[in-house]
Amino acid sequence: MAELKKENEQEHSSASGEKLYLKGITKTFNSGTVNEKVALDDLSLRLNDGDFCTVIGGNGAGKSTMLNAISGVWPVDKGAIIIDGEDISRLPEYKRSHFLGRVFQDPRMGTAPDMEIIENLAIAARRGYHRTFRWGVKSSEKKLYREMLAEFDLGLEDRLTTKVGLLSGGQRQAITLLMATLQKPKLLLLDEHTAALDPKTAAKVLELSDKIISEHKLTAIMVTHNMHDAIRHGNKLIMMNKGKVIFEISGEEKRKLHKADLLEKFSKQSGEELANDRMLLSE
Amino acid sequence: MLDYFTSLDPMAFVNALPGNICQGIIWGVMALGVYITFKLLNFADLTVDGSFATGGAVTAMMLISGQPIWLAMIAAFVAGLAAGLVTGLLHTLLGIPDILAGILTQIALYSINLNIMGKANQTISVDNYVVALSLRNVWLSIVVALAFVAVIIALLYWYFGTEQGSAIRATGNNPAMAPAQGININKYKVIALALSNGLVALSGSLLSQYQGFADVNMGRGAIVIGLAAVIIGQVIGEAIFRKRFNFVMRLSFVAFGGILYYIVVGLVLWLKLPADDMKLFTAIIVAVFLAMPYLSNKRKNSFKKVAAQNKKLSTAEGAQDG
Ligand SMILES: Nc1ncnc2c1ncn2[C@@H]1O[C@H](COP(=O)(O)OP(=O)(O)OP(=O)(O)O)[C@@H](O)[C@H]1O
Ligand SMILES: [Mg+2]
Repeated sequence: MAELKKENEQEHSSASGEKLYLKGITKTFNSGTVNEKVALDDLSLRLNDGDFCTVIGGNGAGKSTMLNAISGVWPVDKGAIIIDGEDISRLPEYKRSHFLGRVFQDPRMGTAPDMEIIENLAIAARRGYHRTFRWGVKSSEKKLYREMLAEFDLGLEDRLTTKVGLLSGGQRQAITLLMATLQKPKLLLLDEHTAALDPKTAAKVLELSDKIISEHKLTAIMVTHNMHDAIRHGNKLIMMNKGKVIFEISGEEKRKLHKADLLEKFSKQSGEELANDRMLLSE
Repeated sequence: MLDYFTSLDPMAFVNALPGNICQGIIWGVMALGVYITFKLLNFADLTVDGSFATGGAVTAMMLISGQPIWLAMIAAFVAGLAAGLVTGLLHTLLGIPDILAGILTQIALYSINLNIMGKANQTISVDNYVVALSLRNVWLSIVVALAFVAVIIALLYWYFGTEQGSAIRATGNNPAMAPAQGININKYKVIALALSNGLVALSGSLLSQYQGFADVNMGRGAIVIGLAAVIIGQVIGEAIFRKRFNFVMRLSFVAFGGILYYIVVGLVLWLKLPADDMKLFTAIIVAVFLAMPYLSNKRKNSFKKVAAQNKKLSTAEGAQDG
């Protein structure tokens, strides 16, 4: 027992500079029924402070499930989720949100549609703080948000009191992105957050993401079905299949990577063709 | 036929009007409670049929046991809070679906209300007790009831503008987004349900004082009246003010919806339509008003229109990008 503890401590202390450590996490859905599905299978992953990791993989590989596990949408069956040396796998979702930023694939998921842009931002600005009886939006916030939105160049800075439900998908994703990063998160999770947008808007939101991540030196994970984007963005890339990381590449090596390499790697590692219906549609 | 019309005395309707208006204002307080759950929290809470009567029952028994009216009303409010709390815990802790959680509390409250009063009905005659309002003096009652509504609207406007109130609105508006922003949606659901039922019980307290008795059945169908007030108020307010229909106006129009509802009730009674069918009329009115936003949306957003709109949006965005 004492030994075990020591081992744990060592692991945690050796984790200086290590932001995220997924330690053999497993998640089975509908356990014990005909629909049983092992979505994460003893998955491990380490990210250093400032890493920007892109994730690719076929349909049902478990990419979204991995991000949901980190976010705490449900508890994992086995393994630990360690952020900054601290095991968070028992924290409920809303508490993990105190240090996680998230943007979802569905633009409707990340914002409250019947509330104003400024109200949405103000709620996000108070992430991790006790919600008091003070007024929900301070007047000083207006100027701040206006400046931030002006940088987005989407014409949102003069529409602070517009209901978010009236905005386009791309505008909503941009706002969700800002909401996710108003309080600097320890980890930013992007789950195909440009997949529902038209190509031009997608490129714009992706560019914004890149900018925010590098400006604030964020540690981030971005799932994408676009191999081109996965190669071009970030300093690290992982490929997933059947709930495992089957391939990992970073730094200089990743920069030299080509799409063909990835396809070949996939068939070699998994013995199958890389199949993602959305991947085929993208260039 | 002619006999029927000549038998209608317009003065009878006018004379009954102040009483109807006063009842409408009292039910407006109840509707404000329903507005919190139904509109802000997006939770169909059926607790209210029970907690409305609880408010009346607690008020009656407190008065009978010699307590002052202000204390009786506070007790009624607190009893309502507790009822909402139970529904909230059934829903959040035990995972019981919203409608069912409300029904369970409502049914339980029927027994509890009987136990509070010791029988099905308790009289609180204005001759024996000092009460805040009574049908003995309708005009004064209207003033008192209006004062209550005004204070409650002011408090609700303040509360839902605070950080906590915003968290409740976000919880109701997008239960996926709220936890991602660090909001404990279970906590805020429970708070909102408690607050809502507190107001409903307060309304029950006012009505029992006004009519001079509390009855175990006084809340039967309350949810439908509350919904009618909320929906009629919103539909009319939106039609008049359109984009300028802000939060204070919304709250005010909920109370106004209550008044309007009771004027219609007065009209139905005056027309000598069978009063037994009142609940049926109410249900039909609510169904029509509930369907209206849906149907008009459907007309506005036919598939063709959506396609055209989307095309416009994406070209507009493209233009902005370029
Ligand atoms: N809440 C859930 N309940 C049951 N099964 C689930 C749940 N979430 C995910 N799964 C299953 O787990 C597997 C992995 O799903 P996941 O959404 O993580 O895939 P993905 O890699 O994100 O794929 P895609 O590219 O299609 O988004 C799938 O078979 C999916 O059906
Ligand atoms: Mg996915």
